[in-house]
Amino acid sequence: MTEKITIMDKKQLDLLEKLCNATAVSGDEFEVRKIVREEIDAVADEVTVDALGNVLAIKKGRGANKVRVMLAAHMDEIGLMIVKKDDDDDLFQFELVGGIDDRQLPGKAVLVGRDHLPGVIGAKPIHMTTKKERQNKIKVSEMRIDLGPDIGDKVEPGDRATFATRFAVLGPSVCAKALDDRFGVAILIQLLRQAPDHIDLLAAFTVQEEVGLRGARVAAYAFEPDMAVAVDATPAHDLPHWDEEDENVHYNTRLNEGPAIYVMDRATIADRRLVRWLQETAEDMGLPFQLRQPGGGGTDAGVIHKTRSGIPSISVSVPARYAHTAASIARLSDWANTVKLLGAALERVTPDLLAGERRN
Amino acid sequence: MKSLIKKLVETPGPSGFEYEIRDVIRQAIGDTADEVRVDALGSLIARKGTKSPDGMRVMISAHIDEIGLMATHIDENGFVRFTNIGGINPLTCYGGRVLFMDGTRGVIGMDGLARGKMPKLSDLFIDVGAGSKASCPVKVGDVCGFERPFLDLGKRMVAKSMDDRIAAAVAIETLRRLGSTPHEVHFVFSTQEEVGLRGATTAAYGVDPDVGFAVDVTVSGDTPRRSNKMATALGNGPAIKVRDASFIADPRLVDWMITTAEKAGIPYQLEVLEKGGTDGRAIQLTRAGVPASCVSIACRYIHSPSEMVDSDDVENAVKLLVKLLESPIDLE
Repeated sequence: MTEKITIMDKKQLDLLEKLCNATAVSGDEFEVRKIVREEIDAVADEVTVDALGNVLAIKKGRGANKVRVMLAAHMDEIGLMIVKKDDDDDLFQFELVGGIDDRQLPGKAVLVGRDHLPGVIGAKPIHMTTKKERQNKIKVSEMRIDLGPDIGDKVEPGDRATFATRFAVLGPSVCAKALDDRFGVAILIQLLRQAPDHIDLLAAFTVQEEVGLRGARVAAYAFEPDMAVAVDATPAHDLPHWDEEDENVHYNTRLNEGPAIYVMDRATIADRRLVRWLQETAEDMGLPFQLRQPGGGGTDAGVIHKTRSGIPSISVSVPARYAHTAASIARLSDWANTVKLLGAALERVTPDLLAGERRN
Repeated sequence: MKSLIKKLVETPGPSGFEYEIRDVIRQAIGDTADEVRVDALGSLIARKGTKSPDGMRVMISAHIDEIGLMATHIDENGFVRFTNIGGINPLTCYGGRVLFMDGTRGVIGMDGLARGKMPKLSDLFIDVGAGSKASCPVKVGDVCGFERPFLDLGKRMVAKSMDDRIAAAVAIETLRRLGSTPHEVHFVFSTQEEVGLRGATTAAYGVDPDVGFAVDVTVSGDTPRRSNKMATALGNGPAIKVRDASFIADPRLVDWMITTAEKAGIPYQLEVLEKGGTDGRAIQLTRAGVPASCVSIACRYIHSPSEMVDSDDVENAVKLLVKLLESPIDLE
């Protein structure tokens, strides 16, 4: 039992609920941006919104030799975009924004546009389907969003849609859409509030991560930090399995084992100085942590570390089951321990951390 | 030069973990450079010369990382599952031997695969001789490279990491032989090329060159079935890159390289590579754009544990680079 239970207080839970229930499909992040600004405008020394819509918040430290530490969490989520209304009925064709498995879509309730109009991605009922049809994947081009007959001009091409899942606390867990990466957004807000005063904390609430790390690229260029941490959510596939292996060897992360520290994903090979910094902080604090299994995926760190002359970077994620589907499930304890780990790690940042060369 | 090559190819340094090979290169450079620094991603940058009125700031990039493996899971019986660092071909993995950065050795095993079927990386595992998870010295995130000694076949040389340590050798030797130059030359020993030209991307931004050359290996088209659609062959001289899948070399530089080689009587061949990329792309696309090209060494069996190059090509690549850097660069 590695868990060190800390239940986040009601205020933080309410904020996470508000963030998860907001709609912010890549490229149209204004709802989450608004919440972020309400939370941080009074806390940070400077808050700007850049050309792509990133919220860039600076909490300045005091004294000399301050390390400029960038934190990044993306505000956008995967979702759908309305493409056109069918000519002869009131159904809407749509496309995908970000990585969504088509098989997740039929029969799901969705919310469309800035007014969150309720609709459903229709599916042919089992009564009407043949066995052969049930064995085949339904193409997105054959799916429609049904918002009822009176929708008129209230929905237009370009409107975004998200899954209609509402936030819920299930005992020690949360169930919601968009935990990827509202966890990160909530964590950055908290870290801004408790920023240590010996560093400059540069918090980037980024846009368009799910379509290719686009916001973080320009945010890192603007901040020009000494080091960076991307805070995200990552799949936990810690489930029983039935293939030929004796044990689950490809789980990515596991729930309840603490924040997932990255060594390598497809976009970044983490700077080992920063891996050690986080590991040693966790060990000294008695906090649980896990190394995310190296392999695929990518976070904002993928573009941040390649910015300008290079920025030592790492990622930390909260593990969540069923990522990029209508509903993810994650542990409150993993979220709380991620805040604790990053909070404590920021306290321990000194120029010495990056004084030497990048080594093992 | 062979002893330098042997040292370079036998030193482990998978992408992101180039600290040992960087130390070897720093030592080989010694005091031949005017200034040596290391950037945030670990690239070693050695400057020689200052910019005269006829000169330019020139970046020469040879990557010092190699493909490798990273542990993803240690199972109950002590077998290590892994993922790739860079382009690993499962075909050349089975039976291979690996060396972890801490000195742990192991072999790559496989089971349960039907005869004649191509393995996937997930079918393979590393066996370090441990009987259980508890006794396995490897942890998740540990990194290894292939282990294979340098093989000297006389004119031909074979090693696991000719890609791209042979270019590092060429760059070091060029730096050593380069006398006076009108240019400010930055020899970049770049990191993380095999995972996406990452080191050269940040190094190019930092160096801010007027012109740049990658030095890398390229596919050789001279194997029995000629199945690689390449005009290149071992021993025909350094290859002047016209294009690869990642960038199109600046035609002015290509012309100037050809003219320089012909004037100096250095053999050369032209390279059109349909797949693969080099640091040249990262240089070309940095900041507001930079004229870039590449000097390639033809290499057989790239990304296998036995990559083969020709000694004369290596020597002539050095001669060509020294010639190119000795005089003003003609970009007309």
